[in-house]
Amino acid sequence: MYRYDAIDQRMLDERVAQFRDQTQRFLAGLLSEDEFRPLRLQNGLYIQRYAPMLRIAVPYGMLASEQLRKLADVARRYDRGYGHFSTRTNLQLNWPRLEQVPDILAELASVQLHAIQTSGNCVRNITADHFAGVAPDEIVDPLVWCELLRQWSAFHPEFAYLPRKFKIGVSGSPADRAAVEIHDVGLQAVRGRGGAIGFRVLVGGGLGRTPIIGQIIREFLPWPHLLTYLEAILRVYNRYGRRDNIWRARIKILLKDRGIDAFRDEVEQDWTACGRDGPATLTAQEIERVGARFTLPDYRELPARCDTLERQLATSRAFALWYERNVHPHRVAGYAAVTLSLKRIGVPPGDVTSDQMEAIAALADRYSFGELRVTHEQNLVLANVERSDLHAVWREAHAAGLATPNIGLLTNIIACPGGDFCSLANARSIPIAQDIQRRFDDLDYLFDIGELDLNISGCMNSCGHHHIGHIGILGVDKHGSEHYQVSIGGSQGPRATLGKVIGPAFGADEVATAVERLIDCYLACRASDAERFIDTVRRIGIEPFKEYVYASPHPTPTRDPRALASA
Amino acid sequence: MPHLIRHRHATREHWRLLDAAALKDWRDGAFESGIQHAGVLIPLALWLEQPKEQRGAARGAFGVVLQGDDEPGALAADLDRIALIAIEFARFNDGRGYSIARLLRQRFGFRGELRAIGDVLRDQLFYLQRVGFDAFELRGDQDVAGALRAFGDFSETYQAAVDQPLPLFRRRIA
Repeated sequence: MYRYDAIDQRMLDERVAQFRDQTQRFLAGLLSEDEFRPLRLQNGLYIQRYAPMLRIAVPYGMLASEQLRKLADVARRYDRGYGHFSTRTNLQLNWPRLEQVPDILAELASVQLHAIQTSGNCVRNITADHFAGVAPDEIVDPLVWCELLRQWSAFHPEFAYLPRKFKIGVSGSPADRAAVEIHDVGLQAVRGRGGAIGFRVLVGGGLGRTPIIGQIIREFLPWPHLLTYLEAILRVYNRYGRRDNIWRARIKILLKDRGIDAFRDEVEQDWTACGRDGPATLTAQEIERVGARFTLPDYRELPARCDTLERQLATSRAFALWYERNVHPHRVAGYAAVTLSLKRIGVPPGDVTSDQMEAIAALADRYSFGELRVTHEQNLVLANVERSDLHAVWREAHAAGLATPNIGLLTNIIACPGGDFCSLANARSIPIAQDIQRRFDDLDYLFDIGELDLNISGCMNSCGHHHIGHIGILGVDKHGSEHYQVSIGGSQGPRATLGKVIGPAFGADEVATAVERLIDCYLACRASDAERFIDTVRRIGIEPFKEYVYASPHPTPTRDPRALASA
Repeated sequence: MPHLIRHRHATREHWRLLDAAALKDWRDGAFESGIQHAGVLIPLALWLEQPKEQRGAARGAFGVVLQGDDEPGALAADLDRIALIAIEFARFNDGRGYSIARLLRQRFGFRGELRAIGDVLRDQLFYLQRVGFDAFELRGDQDVAGALRAFGDFSETYQAAVDQPLPLFRRRIA
């Protein structure tokens, strides 16, 4: 966890004072709604369907237990006692009062939290792999680089009024758990000759109305150039990105219009003329300084195997199921990472109450060095748990309603807040997620289906990442009523793919049944239990699924895929 | 007469924006009297239309005005005889002028006055001065005292920019 020094803290306090003054001027009628809008957005404040919404940054997903306690406290005192974790690892409060927001930000600043640039047409909060620093498959620990990017992007004077928002994701593992391919800039930390750290730089990815996978602009960018090269990308975008049409304003459209090669040339030209090897070139001393301000877990020397754990796994099936889904490998012997599921059936995905936040903070203090991670799948992670403590963590998490064993499974649904809260949404997301979760609440059935990402967005803005769900559900407006378009075949991670729509949209009460039919079809068609839903879709294509889902009268599932395909 | 903040001091100055006809009068020295103006501003396209020798011979208080979609590189050859470049913000939240300013200062080495004109508001001043502006013609309704305070919104900055070419990390004591 990076700890602020006096200068970081002073700038944060000055930001709070600046926004307090701006809010007061707005409330006094001295600042118009239009002029206040970008100021409040860059401080995380939206005006939503029923009330303002405050989006609090969790920079690259790292959260200390005292920060989570503060969030619990703020949610209770200034809101309705709960918050919502979003796919960009921010925490959203749905009911704050505009005039109290400066006070909330001052409270947050006391624990080094803020809402800077969580919205607006600027460089947004940086996102990263939620297993950064602990994943066994990691090539480079991205956390130091994320913090450098946080400092560089915070209050960047040149890029506060871009054509549109700009999202950066960082991963240090080939598994890419940060979905870097769907970011405006994706940074994949790699090692070059002699082990030198550098970044594969992707540009122009994004979901939304025009989903596009990012393209490689640089195969290997040596680390000292990270900031100056990003500035060149941003400068070209800032100058030439479209400003006449909000739907064509992201960098991906500029890239599409110019082509990757021409765009790369422009960036290189700007970089060479204005920044390369300049003072913003990173230094080894700075990497060391930032690294030293991170508190690192003081790991104990432990055996890799824990006999107590083996016994517990053998005697409790419920624990074993949770272990199978929610416990992840760790680079240090004797430790594991644990996902606390915020996807309990009946609760909006990503929602967490103040009481739960406090329980989680206590778990983090007791079992994981007081640190937490927020995942883009809207769950929380205890990244450093001793294997002998897993059973105790499970019991306590269970008591707090955070031990649903569904990570990587169908009910670990990613969903945006949807029409229940968001003024952009065409349709509600939460009731659909809940319907589906209820339909698949049988654990044996859920485990039999195996790994499956199901993502729901309430509109084309795609906050619920429906394009990259194995099953994606998109809320659409059809003659004034809520309908849902279903796609399959999307995937995140390396070589991400975008799902294809299977056919006409469904009514709200038909979605769970459509998903069930997709699953029936998959179970009938899969080549083996090891073949995941997404693998089957890739192997046989979407046609058999489509025919099966829309067939009327509905056929009985059969184990014979040929019979199925001709049904 | 508009409020102009130059090097963090408030003054009142009117600079007259020229069209083609007025430019001709100004060039011929046949400029009509009227509203007092401290100087004239010439849109980039008009400036570039002038024959090279005319541009070289231009004297007096004048500046060239760039819009968000103008290329600052078009002025590269003239920069040493231009004392003032104004960048016009059609809307306060059109960020192109920020990059143009930085390019003029950093890439093309412009040392003269760089003035923000148009929809110039108090809440953008801090960032504007960071990217190289040293003069600001405020929109008519802006509170000058408040605007002057805005330059002090932050006592430190992370990034390298024009006002502070060294990023914080090169100045920070660990």
